[in-house]
Order: sequence, then structure tokens, then C-alpha cells
Amino acid sequence: MTVLFGIFLLTMLVITAVAIVRTRNLFVAVMLLGIFSLLLAINFFLLDAADVALTEAAVGAGISTVLFIAALALTSERERESTSRRWLSLFVVASAALVIVYATFDKPRFGDPNAPVLQHIGPWYLQQTPEYIGIPNVVTAVLGSFRGYDTLGEVFVVFTAGIGVLFLLSARGSGSGRRRPRSDDTEIGLRDEVLLRVVGRLLVPFILLFGLYVQFHGEYGPGGGFQAGALIAAAFILYALIEGEERTLHALPQRVLNVLMVGGAMLYGAVGVTGMLMGSKFLDYSVLAADAVAGQKIGIILIEAGVGMTVCGVLLNIFHAFASRDRVQ
Amino acid sequence: MDLLQDVMSWVLLTAGGLFVLIGGIGALRMPNLYTRMHAASVTDTMGAALVLGGIMLQAGFSLATIKLVAILLFLLITSPTSSYALASAALIAGIRPDAGSGSDHPTGETTPTEGPE
Repeated sequence: MTVLFGIFLLTMLVITAVAIVRTRNLFVAVMLLGIFSLLLAINFFLLDAADVALTEAAVGAGISTVLFIAALALTSERERESTSRRWLSLFVVASAALVIVYATFDKPRFGDPNAPVLQHIGPWYLQQTPEYIGIPNVVTAVLGSFRGYDTLGEVFVVFTAGIGVLFLLSARGSGSGRRRPRSDDTEIGLRDEVLLRVVGRLLVPFILLFGLYVQFHGEYGPGGGFQAGALIAAAFILYALIEGEERTLHALPQRVLNVLMVGGAMLYGAVGVTGMLMGSKFLDYSVLAADAVAGQKIGIILIEAGVGMTVCGVLLNIFHAFASRDRVQ
Repeated sequence: MDLLQDVMSWVLLTAGGLFVLIGGIGALRMPNLYTRMHAASVTDTMGAALVLGGIMLQAGFSLATIKLVAILLFLLITSPTSSYALASAALIAGIRPDAGSGSDHPTGETTPTEGPE
């Protein structure tokens, strides 16, 4: 049954991908991308990867759709017809696809119990997590502690992306020349739409609460810093959509966002360095407390907080960077 | 699990699936935007409520049921609101409810309201 669902969802994914490429209307493409992410999230969930599914649904279907639409509001809705080099790009894409398909022949079959990943490292994580880390969600243990280096890298990738977007869209926060008085919709949001305002304001605190739940429940169930950061950012983006940017920046100023963005990444690094100063290796949390397991728990909570802060700060910064720009042309 | 509970649950799930199907057919077959929305809103409200009710019976009295109730409440608040936002945006964009691009539908019936039932 699960295999049947999987095949159905993967077929839908391919259809959606083809539709995204074929449509000339960028607005339709953005909506299809949201559907694509949602289908992918269901697929991850079918494969028991609830943490990844939550991230994909929150970031792929939620935040990136809003960011794309914010970007589209600055440009045109229709894709410009490109005529040059079509065959060349088709050739490049087709050969890359052939290489990838050829590479999959060497992969173990789906669910094969003799697959290398199920032979040594996977069972080791499953067996040793209760002993070393003492938390039920093995995904968080692997992500936060066993493979803390990878996650540190991911946080810095997100951080770098945020810095890059802010540079490209001429970073704000210097204060001068940014707040041009504008009369169009982004300033006042949807303040005239009473129904949307009422419902939106009703939802914002619950989304924030759910974000905090996902943040701090990551040790016990699906969730963690990435998902929580995206959810909390989503709550503020919803607020910005209904109440306008001005009020959102008043509630959560640019300075705070920058501090969140930088502080999260630094908190992660600082936890690692603290481990070194206390006489162990970088990102070894066992020495953070007298008891090794308690130290691991403290370390994971701290680095997850850092991840959440950075993700939330970066996403909101990117959103504001798009929303505060004037329409080109 | 109780047999009666199981049967009830499957009745609800089947009925919900039927409403989703009807909504899907309606969204494809209806002549213009507002009538299509009217059809599609059936999936959001009746379909979702019945399917969630069926899953609640499957879950029994547990934490999962409370989460399902929360999801149902969320859907009951947000889906009519999003229908309203869509219809309102379409009206602002200049799509008249009676435009009926090649529609064979009587114009009197194509109201821009979204029926929650």
C-alpha cells in the first residue's frame, strides 16, 4: 500500500515538475512549486522521515512561496520568451539526467536490509543514542550531536544566503534612504480587509506558540531549529501581510533580526568552542555538565536554539528585503 | 477496536472521500472562477471534516485525537477565510461574477459567495 502511494506521489511530482517547466506564467509556476514541495513532504512522511517532511512543508510550500510571490511583485508575471540555445540546454540537462540515472544502478534496492547504511552506522546510532544522548528522537541526536559539524555547516550556509540576499538587495538597516513614504499596498498591508485581519491576528499567536513547541519538542518528536525558525518567520510574515511592513518592523526591528541572524550562528559556534575550552573536542557537548548525558542535552538545546534564531532571522530579513523594494520598470 | 467504531469511521472516511471527489469534479467542470471556488470549497469543509472525523474514530480517545481536533478547528477557520480572500482578490482584479467566460450557467446562480456546506 505504501509503495502504491509512493508511486502515485512520485508520478504526481514528475507531472508537476513538467508543468512548472512548461508554464509561461510565473505566478502559476510559483503555485505549482508549492504543490511540488507539498507532494515531496508527503513522500518524505511516507518514508518515515517526519523531520524532513516538516521542514519541506514549512520552508518549501510555505515560506519560499511567499518569497517568490514577493519577488514576482517586483517584476513581471510572465516569463520572457527565450529562443537561444534551447538545444544546448536540453542536451546538458539530458546528459546530466542520464548520468544520475546511471548512478542509481549502483544504489542498493529500496528497503534492502543489506544496504550499507542499514549495516553499521544506522544501527549504531539507534543503539547508542539512548546511552550517549538520552533523548528519544534519534534524528535530533544525529543532527545535533553526532553530526554537529554538518549542521554547523548548514547554519552557516543559511547565514551566508541571508547575507548574500541582503547585499544583493542593497542591505537596509543603515536607516537612511530606506523608508521612502510610499502609498502602495505593501505599506498598509491588508488593513482594509476586516475579515482577513481578524482571522490573521487570531492565528499569529497560535503559529508562534506552535513554532516554540516545535523548537523545544525537537528532542522528543519531529521538529527542531530549522522547522521552528521557519514557522516563527511565517507568523511574522503573515503579520506583515495583513498589517503592513511598517508595523512588523516596529514589532521586530531590523536590528533584532540582524542580531538573531548573527547571534544564532555565533551561539552554535560558541557552544563548540566552550566544549574545547572545557577540555574536549570542538562540538563535544559531553563536558558541558558534570554528567555527560546531561551535557549532551544542554548542548543540543543550545545549538537548536542557535539554528532556530539564524533561520528565523535570515528568512525574515530576506522577506523584508524583497517587500521593501520598489517595483522595477 | 470496537466493530461499531470501525464501521462508523469507515463510513465517515468514505463519505469524506466522496465529497473530495465531488469537489474535484466540480472544480474541473464548473464554468467560471466563482462557481469553481464554490465547488472546491466542499473539499475544504465537508470533505476535510468528515475525513478528520473518521481518523478521530480510528485514533480513539488519545493525544492524536486532540491534535486532529486542533487541525479541524484550524481548517474550519482558515479555509473559508482563504476562499473569501481568493474571491475578494478576483473581484478586485476585475473578474465579474456574471462574466461567465463562455458559460452556459444561468448568471443568477453564480454568486461569489463560497458555500461552507
